[in-house]
Amino acid sequence: MNLNIFQITVRETGETFPCKPDETVLAAMLRSGRGPFVCGCFGGGCGICRMKICAGEYEKVKRMSRAHVSEDDEKNGVALLCCVRPRGDMVITKLS
Amino acid sequence: MGFFGTLRPGLVQMRVLDLDKTLDFYTNVLGLDEVGRTADGRVMLKGFDEFDHHSVTLRLADEAGLDYVAFKAACPDTLEELKAKTVAFGYQVTELPANGEQPGFGKRYSFKISTGHTFQIYSDVELAAKGPQIKNPDIWTTPPRGMKAQRMDHFLLYGPNVAEAERFLKEVFGMYVPEVCNAPDGSRVAAWITGSNKPHDLAFVEYPKPGKLHHLGFYLQDWRDVGDAADLIAINHLKLDIGPTRHAITRGHSIYFWEPSGNRIEVYAGGYTAYPDNPQRVWDFDQLGRGLFYFSGELIPSFLEIVT
Ligand code: FES
Ligand SMILES: [Fe+2]
Repeated sequence: MNLNIFQITVRETGETFPCKPDETVLAAMLRSGRGPFVCGCFGGGCGICRMKICAGEYEKVKRMSRAHVSEDDEKNGVALLCCVRPRGDMVITKLS
Repeated sequence: MGFFGTLRPGLVQMRVLDLDKTLDFYTNVLGLDEVGRTADGRVMLKGFDEFDHHSVTLRLADEAGLDYVAFKAACPDTLEELKAKTVAFGYQVTELPANGEQPGFGKRYSFKISTGHTFQIYSDVELAAKGPQIKNPDIWTTPPRGMKAQRMDHFLLYGPNVAEAERFLKEVFGMYVPEVCNAPDGSRVAAWITGSNKPHDLAFVEYPKPGKLHHLGFYLQDWRDVGDAADLIAINHLKLDIGPTRHAITRGHSIYFWEPSGNRIEVYAGGYTAYPDNPQRVWDFDQLGRGLFYFSGELIPSFLEIVT
């Protein structure tokens, strides 16, 4: 097992996909073809990749549009997956 | 007399999440020139083939999208006429002083239309220090960079009540509507609208949320430049949306992608020559895939649904 690759689990389905520490969770989801992937801007602007991170450490590497993630959202683990990289295994879930 | 009211969309102000990265895209990849900065740190840009002071302003903000678009009226008298007609149409108009928030621009009038977008009109704007040559002119002064965008061309806006916006642009701005798309019940889904010979100066798609930007379009010389733009998207790791492709609507050759702050950009070439007396082209909604992406004929969900 490669310790530098983290596992991202989608809570609803139990599906997992691998994510390298230097790539965003959305990029890893696209690469793996697994998870509830919808393709968007990859720039933190369009909000299409908005999900909640239920567990796991992560790092925000890009500014996320406040039109889609409020300060409260951010404190509660809501994130645009194109703006975050994993620091460990993560569990993510869809938002309505 | 040529154009009836407005000459063209001459200015857009974009909100960006990362000013440095997005500016690097606009200058080094798209190929616009930086004209200068405003006192509050916004960046003014223009295409190498544009004469006016600037055509795009980038504002660092906490969300992406569009602040406003501004249309150039043919002369000061036309500007006052358009303003009076806008008031009579029922929109509340605010006057913005010359050389204020947009350096180089004369007095502007600002108002909000039915789709929730802020529109402005102006007639006076200084010429850029570095514009195209006019005396025995060469085709350019310094070699165009990157995608070689010549000028800002058009934008597609998403919002409610497109029918009213369309009526406003026809009745007040003197524009015409070369192409439309209707739902099966006959209601308007989309309209391509122009005040010139371009097939569109702007377009609208009916959408419940107000004030959204689908894309901002820049003009390239030809299909080969659109292909080269695709290479630059790949080389610069920009996120491609769709293309290179051809629109049946407007007939332009095109490619869509996202700049680093997540606003969709189109680079576009060609398109038919529009005339106000030509019959309107009408698309049924179930044929829109073919209208937008003529080669594949298929709509892609990201194209229809994602806006900023
Ligand atoms: S893909 Fe647009 S915000 Fe993430
Ligand atoms: Fe376009």
